[in-house]
Amino acid sequence: MTAAGDRLEPTLFERSRPGRGGGKIPHPPKDALARIPFGQRRREGPRLPELSEPELTRHYVNLSKLNYAVDTGFYPLGSCTMKYNPKIDEWAARLNGFAALHPFAPDDVAQGTLQLLWELEEALAEIGGMKAVTLQPAAGAQGELTGILMVRAYHRGRGDTDRSEVLVPDSAHGTNPATASMAGFRTVEIPSASDGGVDIEAFRAALGPRTAAVMITNPSTVGLFESRLCELLDAVHEAGALAYMDGANLNAVMGRFKPGEAGFDVMHINVHKTFGTPHGGGGPGAGPVGVGEELVPFLPWPRVLREADGSFRTERLGERPQSIGRMRAFAGNTGVLVRAYAYIRAHGADGLGEVSDDAVLAANYLKSRLSGVLDIPFDRHCMHEFVASGATLKAETGVKTLDVAKRLIDYGFHPPTIYFPHTVDEALLIEPTETESLETMDAFVDALRCIVAEAHDDPELLHSAPHGSPVRRLDETTAARQPNLRWKAMTGSQTPCPD
Amino acid sequence: MAYGPHTTEDRARMLKAIGVDSVDDLFADIPPSLRSTGLNLPPPESEVELSARLRTLADRNRVDLVSFLGAGAYRHFTPAVVDQLLLRGEFYTAYTPYQPEISQGTLQTIYEYQSMMAELTGLDVVSASHYDGASATAEGALMSCRASRRDRVLISRSVHPHYRQTLCTYFAGASLVADEIPLVADGPAAGTTDLVALERMLADADRPVAGVVVANPSFLGLLEPMAEVGRLAHAAGALFVSVVEPVSLAVLAPPREYDADIAAGDGQPLGLPLSYGGPYLGILACREALVRQIPGRLVGMTADVDGRRAFVMTLRAREQDIRREKASSNICTNQALCALAAAMYLAAIGPHGLRDVAALGAARAAELEAALAAVGVRRLHPGPYLNEFAVRVPGAARVHARLVEWGILAGLPLARVLPDDPSLADALLVCATEVTTPEDIAAFAAALDEELAGAAR
Repeated sequence: MTAAGDRLEPTLFERSRPGRGGGKIPHPPKDALARIPFGQRRREGPRLPELSEPELTRHYVNLSKLNYAVDTGFYPLGSCTMKYNPKIDEWAARLNGFAALHPFAPDDVAQGTLQLLWELEEALAEIGGMKAVTLQPAAGAQGELTGILMVRAYHRGRGDTDRSEVLVPDSAHGTNPATASMAGFRTVEIPSASDGGVDIEAFRAALGPRTAAVMITNPSTVGLFESRLCELLDAVHEAGALAYMDGANLNAVMGRFKPGEAGFDVMHINVHKTFGTPHGGGGPGAGPVGVGEELVPFLPWPRVLREADGSFRTERLGERPQSIGRMRAFAGNTGVLVRAYAYIRAHGADGLGEVSDDAVLAANYLKSRLSGVLDIPFDRHCMHEFVASGATLKAETGVKTLDVAKRLIDYGFHPPTIYFPHTVDEALLIEPTETESLETMDAFVDALRCIVAEAHDDPELLHSAPHGSPVRRLDETTAARQPNLRWKAMTGSQTPCPD
Repeated sequence: MAYGPHTTEDRARMLKAIGVDSVDDLFADIPPSLRSTGLNLPPPESEVELSARLRTLADRNRVDLVSFLGAGAYRHFTPAVVDQLLLRGEFYTAYTPYQPEISQGTLQTIYEYQSMMAELTGLDVVSASHYDGASATAEGALMSCRASRRDRVLISRSVHPHYRQTLCTYFAGASLVADEIPLVADGPAAGTTDLVALERMLADADRPVAGVVVANPSFLGLLEPMAEVGRLAHAAGALFVSVVEPVSLAVLAPPREYDADIAAGDGQPLGLPLSYGGPYLGILACREALVRQIPGRLVGMTADVDGRRAFVMTLRAREQDIRREKASSNICTNQALCALAAAMYLAAIGPHGLRDVAALGAARAAELEAALAAVGVRRLHPGPYLNEFAVRVPGAARVHARLVEWGILAGLPLARVLPDDPSLADALLVCATEVTTPEDIAAFAAALDEELAGAAR
């Protein structure tokens, strides 16, 4: 399987030759480790790869060329908001004053970062209509856990220990039910209404004295604003439960809708979606959580506070006894938060409103252009994303949404999110974002038109797509049945150290 | 708009295609009573203004100080090639590799990361990354509960206090119990995990233990009796979760050698910037037998339909997007780019370089110990350490604050993070790495000498 020609780029371990590399780290004195007891020492050095710097550089540059990325093309991945990542944000996070600051640096030598974090909290609270924000969670899912743990602490703080259920619509991200489980709750899944929105009557029926919280994604995962939101929030609060908003889709509504003002008690924000921080091939993100007044005492510890004299400090241990505690070490993914801060300051109030307006405009434009090409299950104005369906195409040609997605790769596009939400047959969730030009969107429509025509003329071409990508469809079954999760034939480093 | 492409004409064309007069019409679904009237935020800033603002903020942080701070986040040299390669937009602006045909770059780098971390820890399975050392440790402890179907974990006070606090938060949610193993109070093993207490806690037949969590080196910098901890844990049917620091694994016995089942730690020392706490890199590794319990993404090697070697995310039935409420964790986004940075760092400095980083830190720390002892400041604990140790300084917090005026960040006053331990009331935790210079050490010792002499006068 690893014969030459059958691989795109050798692994680091195949490129390694004992004796290569070096020149980066000075040699320590010979007796540097003499005081480490023999039994505590590593007997055999780790067999890590040995490469010269030119080899290393080519390895990673070659690998990077096998990736599709926002910097290389259109990435209409619904629910993921793959917008352009501004370059000044990368520059900012690398400023030595930010990058070299130790997390245990005393407050009086960390005033720049503390001010930035405090201002970012304030800005996010304003955008979300929330009373306060924690920046600690490392990603959206950790933000969800933070929020639901605060819900738990809130009910327990009132002596209300019977609330063991969290209601989640069936169209929710998988992180919602998984979060409820991690926080010790039972998930009750509520079916969606036929218009794609939440089924208010089904929610009413499920709400009760055992309900701790309702988790709602708004705009929903089918890209629609929950038009009966007022009724839903009233019912939730009447039942004594709290309303959690999954803020994954905040990019649609900045300046037009503030979840906290509308009555949501808690919400996480994915800064790598709405605020343009890069996805990094899977992370890092940051998942700030905003809360209403009643949850402020339970926010993770420590918070950043502004003193009367305008200086900033972090909360002291035990200063806020009802806090749910820490979600992680140190302050948070600060380097990511610097990028989000830069993004918000670059846009300002007007710019953020324009971001949402343009994101919604672009999604509706793309939806109207695709109408007649694919099924559009929910025929009304969408927010920043919309669901299309390949159900008719599949019935007519046998070509599945997966095939369409894979064929898009041959046309130079990243496929949309497919088979999510689970409530729509053969779903494609399409989110163009506000940073894609009309030319790009039009080319995407043309590609889909061609693909639909191909599906009728030559379905096999699609079943076996992609054809022009670095590799073609993978054998995922063998990967799961006989997992190969590490390179076993490690070589190198068995030569003695130069010292 | 700052980064958007749309001209007035573009917007008009889109509105026309949609068949509405104004973008406001597209928001008609928002109930009028819930509509907000804009944002109370500052106006947009041009890149000229914004870059000046950011530089001013960054300059307000004092990163000019000579630092002896470690305590879970370490200053190391990062070869220039690492950041230059990280800036490839093909890496950092890609999403999670759900479409493997056009994500082989990310997938192969994760596989290589998993392989190198497996080699460092000696454990076969390494997740594609977790948020940080604290959350990875909490997830490791949760794994031990799932695997053993027990609900109580013992965690040594040798583990970083932030990690212990994080584990408590996670455990409270899951209604699991975390009991703390005390440290030895005095004698040659002072400051390390109390094995007698551990044995007693494990012997409670009514409260069986799922996992034992101990860090090596410990938060106090000390080397722990890991092999003994492993034996005790296994004898009681518990799993052994080792909290590790990856640079130290170049020279210290890896988790496999002392029979750990799970290893967790923070990969920040592998060339990641300090950045006031993150983004760092949660390392989570386990034995092959626990592969279905490990949370987070895993990348495996396979082939495509033409037989070409390729990589893909695998064993996905553990994950939240497939298993929903029955998933092994809710984790979705991880720290992929940080794992890539760590892998690049390891490949750039190689096995000898990593050993040199660890050994040079140890050498500098020994010099620091000697220099501080020469001015009367001695270690708090007698046991062996690698590159970090606690010293007793009368009035530690005040002296620490005074030394900032000398341009020195004298480590961490331990009472700040462990106020419940009276033995640490006058202690500073100090650390040296390969970037600590003899001049730094001399300046620290001289300043400390002056301050202590001044206090004595």
